[in-house]
Amino acid sequence: MKKPGAVTFNHNPLLAKGLPVSRPRLVLIGLLLGSITLVARAAYLQGFNNDFLKAKGESRYARVIEIPATRGRITDRNGDIMAVSTPVSSIWAIPPDAKLTPSDTRQLAGLLEMEVEDVSRRLATQGDFVYLKRQLSPDIARRIAELKLPGIHQQREYRRYYPSGEVMAHVLGFTGIDDKGQEGVELAFEGDLAGQPGSRRVIRDRRGQIVEDVESIRGPRDGQDVALAIDVKLQYLAHTALQQAIETHKAKAGAIVVLDVRSGEVLALVNAPTFNPNNRANLSGAQLRNRVLTDIYEPGSTMKPFIAALALERGFVKAETVINTDPGRITIGRATISDVKRHGPLTVAQVIQKSSNVGTVRMAQHFAPDEMWRMFDSLGFGSPLGLGFPGEVGGRLRAAKTWKPIEQATMSFGHGISATLMQMAHAYLVFARDGELLPLTLTRVSETPTGAKQVFSVATARKMREILELATGPGGTAPKAQVPGYRVAGKTGTAHKLEGGRYTNKYISSFVGFAPVSDPRIVVAVMIDEPTAGKHYGGTVAAPVFSRVTEGALRALGVAPDAPLVPLQVAGGNGEKRETPRGNM
Amino acid sequence: MSESRFQPLLLLRALFRPLDPALLLVLGLLLGYGYVLMMSASTERLETLQLHFVIAIVTMWAVALVPPKQLLKLAVPMYLGGVVLLVGVVLFGEVSKGAQRWLDLGVMRIQPSELMKIAVPLMLAWFFQVREGVTRWPEFMVAMMLLLIPLGLIVVQPDLGTSLLVSACGLYVIFFAGLSWKLIVPVVLIGVIGIGAIVGFGDTLCQPEVDWQILREYQKQRVCTLLDPTQDPLGKGFHIIQSTIAIGSGGVFGKGWMAGTQTHLAFIPERHTDFIFSVLAEEFGLIGALVLLILYTLLIIRGFTIAAMAPTLASRLLAGALTMIFFTYAFVNMGMVSGILPVVGVPLPFISYGGTALVTLCIAIGILMSIERSRIAAKE
Repeated sequence: MKKPGAVTFNHNPLLAKGLPVSRPRLVLIGLLLGSITLVARAAYLQGFNNDFLKAKGESRYARVIEIPATRGRITDRNGDIMAVSTPVSSIWAIPPDAKLTPSDTRQLAGLLEMEVEDVSRRLATQGDFVYLKRQLSPDIARRIAELKLPGIHQQREYRRYYPSGEVMAHVLGFTGIDDKGQEGVELAFEGDLAGQPGSRRVIRDRRGQIVEDVESIRGPRDGQDVALAIDVKLQYLAHTALQQAIETHKAKAGAIVVLDVRSGEVLALVNAPTFNPNNRANLSGAQLRNRVLTDIYEPGSTMKPFIAALALERGFVKAETVINTDPGRITIGRATISDVKRHGPLTVAQVIQKSSNVGTVRMAQHFAPDEMWRMFDSLGFGSPLGLGFPGEVGGRLRAAKTWKPIEQATMSFGHGISATLMQMAHAYLVFARDGELLPLTLTRVSETPTGAKQVFSVATARKMREILELATGPGGTAPKAQVPGYRVAGKTGTAHKLEGGRYTNKYISSFVGFAPVSDPRIVVAVMIDEPTAGKHYGGTVAAPVFSRVTEGALRALGVAPDAPLVPLQVAGGNGEKRETPRGNM
Repeated sequence: MSESRFQPLLLLRALFRPLDPALLLVLGLLLGYGYVLMMSASTERLETLQLHFVIAIVTMWAVALVPPKQLLKLAVPMYLGGVVLLVGVVLFGEVSKGAQRWLDLGVMRIQPSELMKIAVPLMLAWFFQVREGVTRWPEFMVAMMLLLIPLGLIVVQPDLGTSLLVSACGLYVIFFAGLSWKLIVPVVLIGVIGIGAIVGFGDTLCQPEVDWQILREYQKQRVCTLLDPTQDPLGKGFHIIQSTIAIGSGGVFGKGWMAGTQTHLAFIPERHTDFIFSVLAEEFGLIGALVLLILYTLLIIRGFTIAAMAPTLASRLLAGALTMIFFTYAFVNMGMVSGILPVVGVPLPFISYGGTALVTLCIAIGILMSIERSRIAAKE
């Protein structure tokens, strides 16, 4: 503009005098100021405030994530898998990203087996995270992944699967959705099974997807396997026998325990009603109860052999000593205890064989309360067995100095004292093991556990085996307990149920026994709660179940028969007919 | 030069003759820089970007061929056509992302407000040319009307970014034409006081119950977000926080091409359009940002040189205003991305993805080239 002469438009007055110089100059100053501002800002952000923002940036993508450890397996004593973790996928969504067409949503809902409205409602929730469905099979998860829907993501998890289903339900318990034990062995051995999750540092994008693996901080340590003492064959056998008995006798509940006499291992433990651990929708509390360990009952007549054993041990009676049970009742203070019929004079062995309350009470009257208490205590009554099982209880055994004479008398035939079925089976080990009591174990052991204690002498225990064998023989209360080919021994119990402090006309029928008598291998305890189909005696309800389980178990364990394969006595002898509702056989 | 042998070269020379070499070089560098960034920010858009380049450069070349006199003749029809289209947008426009900006003409979708960035300065330059440099009150009133009519139509869409740019081009022309200081000083003063008040009393003014009268609620929020982005770090403050972090974490030398974590992990929103500067700053650092600033400075210097040497008043006003527009684009965009200006939708010139904006900018370059060519022609 300094050379107007060169321009042809010089008739323009503005050009003639030139543009005001101040304006472009002002604009240039403005430009300069603007540029300086920008450079200063950039320098501030990138040069001075740099470390802070760098860290901020890093914190937005670098994350430490947990690598789940695989939970240990649970096997039976032969290594058959009872509980195993299988990989599954959970489907989750970032609702703002999940913009699905109606047909996408329908397809997704179809694969998830959910209602379309349900899926839409979940996708409409506020926030950046919502589970659509958890623990889907890998196959379904893969098909969902193939849809490539925006905002729908997957997360790998493990789901616990129990191949033996309801047969092992109470032993194993189950895990929750987060793979932590909630019941049974799953909870009792949580520390071994759970393992140690590992961690990795990864880079994630804004949607939380892992873009790059940076480093492994700590590898996951998988959980240890737990081998149970349970033999799944015996377990299955006991389960079937129990289910059938419950059905036949229209009973409310029931339970069976099988113990290994040599090692104290729990070979079978079943309860009814049971549940399917793989599908736990609509579970009731009754189904979940592990009655063997968590329910106490008054054992009734199954207690009597311990009184007889103590009497023999003290030496003031022999098996042949005659006790007069006439007139079939005995009065202590203002209470009267009666037998179901007049037995007249009975030997000690016959008192047990025929289950005489009067005879037992007469023996018990020789003991000081403290002496009886110490025997109960050393048999494990009154305190939990300490198997580590959740909810395990010990039953009730009151301190000896609070005992009144009538209470001492009723305790001798199993009333006023309570125990779990497991405790009863455990206590019978003393007869099966020559007077020695072993601690029990739920897990498989390779050698005979230590901690055995002698409760009765060898001679007493052997004598008691003979006496208890009589109970399953002719003239006994439980000929139906017999097993072809094997000598068996045991004791029936028919106890009135105690409800709200009063005895009712509901019964618990039980039988605890062992076999073979010549060299006992297993203790089997059976309890049937509230049989309502007419029969309720231990000898008719529980003893046949004992017979069936014992027969199958002995054969499965390969135990050599110790008796001719001819029944010693046709089932249905005269023993049981004499019981009355108030009797304690 | 023997004519017969160098025929192809002559053709090439003829093709390049209308193009100003300096502007062409700077433009080429800017587009190349933008292409390199887009390879990192959004690979799937590269093919479309190449198409945009071809369309924009052909358009620029075509505009550069037209002498300024002819261009000025187009001012009135272009302006009127633009206003008609803007009215059309208000009446029949398509709504996209909460604003009504697009007009579907059947064959293509256009954004008429973009056209006004050229049409308004052209119209005003033509107007002052016609008034032969007489710059009294009535002329300024008419000029203001010419500016305010399209501006009003763009503001209602609403499109804050474009209305800012359109008013800037108009005001630059009016300012260069010699608007009285008596008018400029009070307006600038009110602006300064206003901004000062917002910054000074931001806490009080940003309370939800305070109504700002002239601005809409979302505009108020943008200003308030700028003052304190951490108020709503996952919502309104997200853009600013993420891009500030991206720029800052780049440091002096940057994290390297394709290695920007904020960028590649999708933390930066709109990273191929308005926020591409944060990709640049994260990956190439302060050095990369300075290189871009230098390229813009070269462009602006060349633009002002052309303006200063322009032979007519209209071409001088036009060249000056268009050059200032480049600066305004760049300053507003970098300012908003680095957190010193509110977020308004202004792209980074020649770098951000967007066909219409690129064509508009290349038309502006073409006009500058045409003006420069007219000076050379006049000299010869």
